Amino acid sequence: MDLHFGDSKPTDDERAAVDALFGPPQSSWEGADRSDADLRWARGGREARDRRDLLLPGLHAINDRIGWISEGALDYLCRRLTVPPAEAYGVATFYAMFSVEPRPATVLHVCTDLACAAAGASGLCAGIESRLGVGSGVSVERSPCLGLCERAPAALAVKAGNPVRTAVSAPASVEAAVLAASAPDSAPEERPAAGAVPQAGDPSLILLNRVGVVDPSSLDDYRAHGGYTALRRAFALGPSGIIREVTDSGLLGRGGAAFPTGRKWQATASQPDHPHYLVCNADESEPGTFKDRVLMEGDPYALVEAMTVAAYAVGAHKGYLYLRGEYPRALHRMQYAVDCARARGLLGDDILGQGYAFDIEIRRGAGAYICGEETALFNSIEGYRGEPRSKPPFPVEKGLFGKPTVENNVETLVNVLPILTMGAPAYAAIGTPRSTGPKLFCVSGTVEHPGVYELPFGATLGELLALAGVRENLRAVLLGGAAGGFVRPDDLDVPLTFEGTREAGTTLGSGVVMAFDDTVPMPRLLLRIAEFFRDESCGQCVPCRVGTVRQEEALHRIVERTGADAADDIALLREVGRAMRDASICGLGQTAWNAVESAIDRLGAYE
Amino acid sequence: MTAIALGVPRRLVEFTIDGQEARVPEGSTILDACRAAGKDVPTLCQGDTLTPKNACRVCVVEVEGSRTLVPACSRRAEPGMEVRTDTERARHSRKIVLELLASSVDLSTTPMVAGWIKEYDAKPDRFGPAAARLNEEPKIDNDLYVRDYDKCILCYKCVDACGDQWQNTFAISVSGRGFDARIAVEHDAPLTDSACVYCGNCIEVCPTGALSFKSEYDRRVAGNWDESVQTQTTTVCAYCGVGCNLTLHVQDNEIVKVTSPHDNPVTHGNLCIKGRFGYQHVQNRG
Repeated sequence: MDLHFGDSKPTDDERAAVDALFGPPQSSWEGADRSDADLRWARGGREARDRRDLLLPGLHAINDRIGWISEGALDYLCRRLTVPPAEAYGVATFYAMFSVEPRPATVLHVCTDLACAAAGASGLCAGIESRLGVGSGVSVERSPCLGLCERAPAALAVKAGNPVRTAVSAPASVEAAVLAASAPDSAPEERPAAGAVPQAGDPSLILLNRVGVVDPSSLDDYRAHGGYTALRRAFALGPSGIIREVTDSGLLGRGGAAFPTGRKWQATASQPDHPHYLVCNADESEPGTFKDRVLMEGDPYALVEAMTVAAYAVGAHKGYLYLRGEYPRALHRMQYAVDCARARGLLGDDILGQGYAFDIEIRRGAGAYICGEETALFNSIEGYRGEPRSKPPFPVEKGLFGKPTVENNVETLVNVLPILTMGAPAYAAIGTPRSTGPKLFCVSGTVEHPGVYELPFGATLGELLALAGVRENLRAVLLGGAAGGFVRPDDLDVPLTFEGTREAGTTLGSGVVMAFDDTVPMPRLLLRIAEFFRDESCGQCVPCRVGTVRQEEALHRIVERTGADAADDIALLREVGRAMRDASICGLGQTAWNAVESAIDRLGAYE
Repeated sequence: MTAIALGVPRRLVEFTIDGQEARVPEGSTILDACRAAGKDVPTLCQGDTLTPKNACRVCVVEVEGSRTLVPACSRRAEPGMEVRTDTERARHSRKIVLELLASSVDLSTTPMVAGWIKEYDAKPDRFGPAAARLNEEPKIDNDLYVRDYDKCILCYKCVDACGDQWQNTFAISVSGRGFDARIAVEHDAPLTDSACVYCGNCIEVCPTGALSFKSEYDRRVAGNWDESVQTQTTTVCAYCGVGCNLTLHVQDNEIVKVTSPHDNPVTHGNLCIKGRFGYQHVQNRG
């Protein structure tokens, strides 16, 4: 490989941002001035290329310091990592939070997704844009779901510098959002994570029992509230014992696909190829979902402990926590928790004196819904574009870095702790025979008390909405987020289980329950869903890349039309939607049409 | 392409295609097996010298037990698999994919596709005149080749050929995402400012004519590109001792482009800048 770098040079600031991450370059082969010795030695090669996975952190380092990524900065980063500039350019332009064009140091992301749209995001955007015009030093960007749906409408300000500063404004007013963008340091403190848990403090909670009860920064407090008893039990059971417990518990993955966790772990643990990896998917980007953020912000050590248990069970010594870039507070809390756990011997070479080594590395996403797809997530960590891979081979066989990998989302992993502390039979007794255990639901939209609710599987939609304070004139409920489906106000007796929602012709997905009353304009909402998928398609396969565009165009045409006037376009939507579901590479394209289809079929959206 | 392996003996996999028994060597794809059985499964992004990327989704077939359709070009045949290539479901997806592609890019120089559009009764016009198209201007920034991304279907073959599968130059990548994704060199620069070494192997694998010789492009613009009167002569490159095969395409007693046979065991269709573009001296008639 003979890499070609252009003439663009990094500024001192850009060079410093990259060097702060990797240390100063050692030779001209990786960006230092040329010395006589460099003429005799070629350094780099495989050793340097093996650091390709540091590309995403490197791009973050530049973007955090400068606010955008210049040619000179990108080329310098490529020299440091021996990455071809064309590929790095492809990666940098893939993520929404990066820019390769100059822009102001401060970016204000204003959420325009479902819950925020229902709470008046368009008026908020207009107000902010009129206050922060050209020359204000702030770039206002309309953003997909920021995961702050319980406090809609929401805005996130990111001010580049050393260090980068962030401020969240939610619920946002024009004044509060402008203040957050112009002076992130003096913006009011964000509401505590427990504020998103209306049931906080209820002793019967299993997954949320520590949120709002413990100090999320204190490892001692976590241990005083039952922390690390599950890991001790895990060491007593041994890897196969843990997998047996998890299998017997009936735990199904909570990310949306509902795959049996025990089977996945067993399949990974038994792979002869090594090393094995554990990946925690915390790229929670489904519109309407925020439960993983609340868990990470409110009870971060629980995730550290759960990842340790999972890694021990499948024989992994390295775990990656892939955390979406829009969650600065969760990132800080998790980083602090990981550092404390390592300092106290709960991560590292000899965990709890058991001779077992495991450590967690946190990787920050940069704004791409598709990176929640498990194989796209691997590509993202490895420093490639976050495009999904073709399956088979499946991750349990060839996953991260081509090695056997188990990937679970945050909620799934956190369920492992009560399974070990209460035992599989007691856990399996919760819920229904086929959907066992407790489940978290993210309730938002037009309800009195939006937030994360924990209920045993089997509670009905009506019971959940009653807890959240459903308002009169309920028009529709979206289950499972933008990739899920709408149900009607008379579907409130649907049991919230995987099998119950399936029988009712919908899905539980990731646990989104979004209520809309009759003040919410349904065609606009459906258009927003179509826009979301058009924006978030990675572009790899034709059905999704072009299909999402054609669907959005059709929905634009019928936004004000109904009945016979809309019939042709609805037929077209159905035909394109069917091919997207059948022929797309990954779940994004396969589910992009679900919500709109359900709105047409169940709600009669255009009749 | 034959499904008979000439290398190390491999076990045979038995399965069925459209109800007929098929036996192919282990590791063969469904597409290999279909072709060996004489079945016509259309594909755009599959290339005989590259790892299948399965991005175009024209070759999807039905496999018993699979929730979605599967791409025949990349899915390996497995024992007992029941494959159906021509069901209503598969035909529907192919038709829509052809409509989506033909409505967004210019397929006029893509071989075979006009026939498939007819065969599958695809109607690319039905998305209306306002349907988004790429609408890219051809990039003409050097004398050797033209990048006309208005014809690009993003099959990734040029990226793979330039990258670790053949040339190891890594001058080409995909930038952006979704409908805005484009093939680009670093910083979206002119080719002359990029890492390109002008081997032209990307042109060799391009299935749509989005990448073409400047000589071919100019003749097409002038309206005197006529493949029916061209002759093809395969010879040996005279520049160095490797002995790459060149196929000279000659029209009106003039070399108009140079390709290379893909079944050559040494080069598999790849050439360097000299072999691909260095032919002017042959026809300098002073």
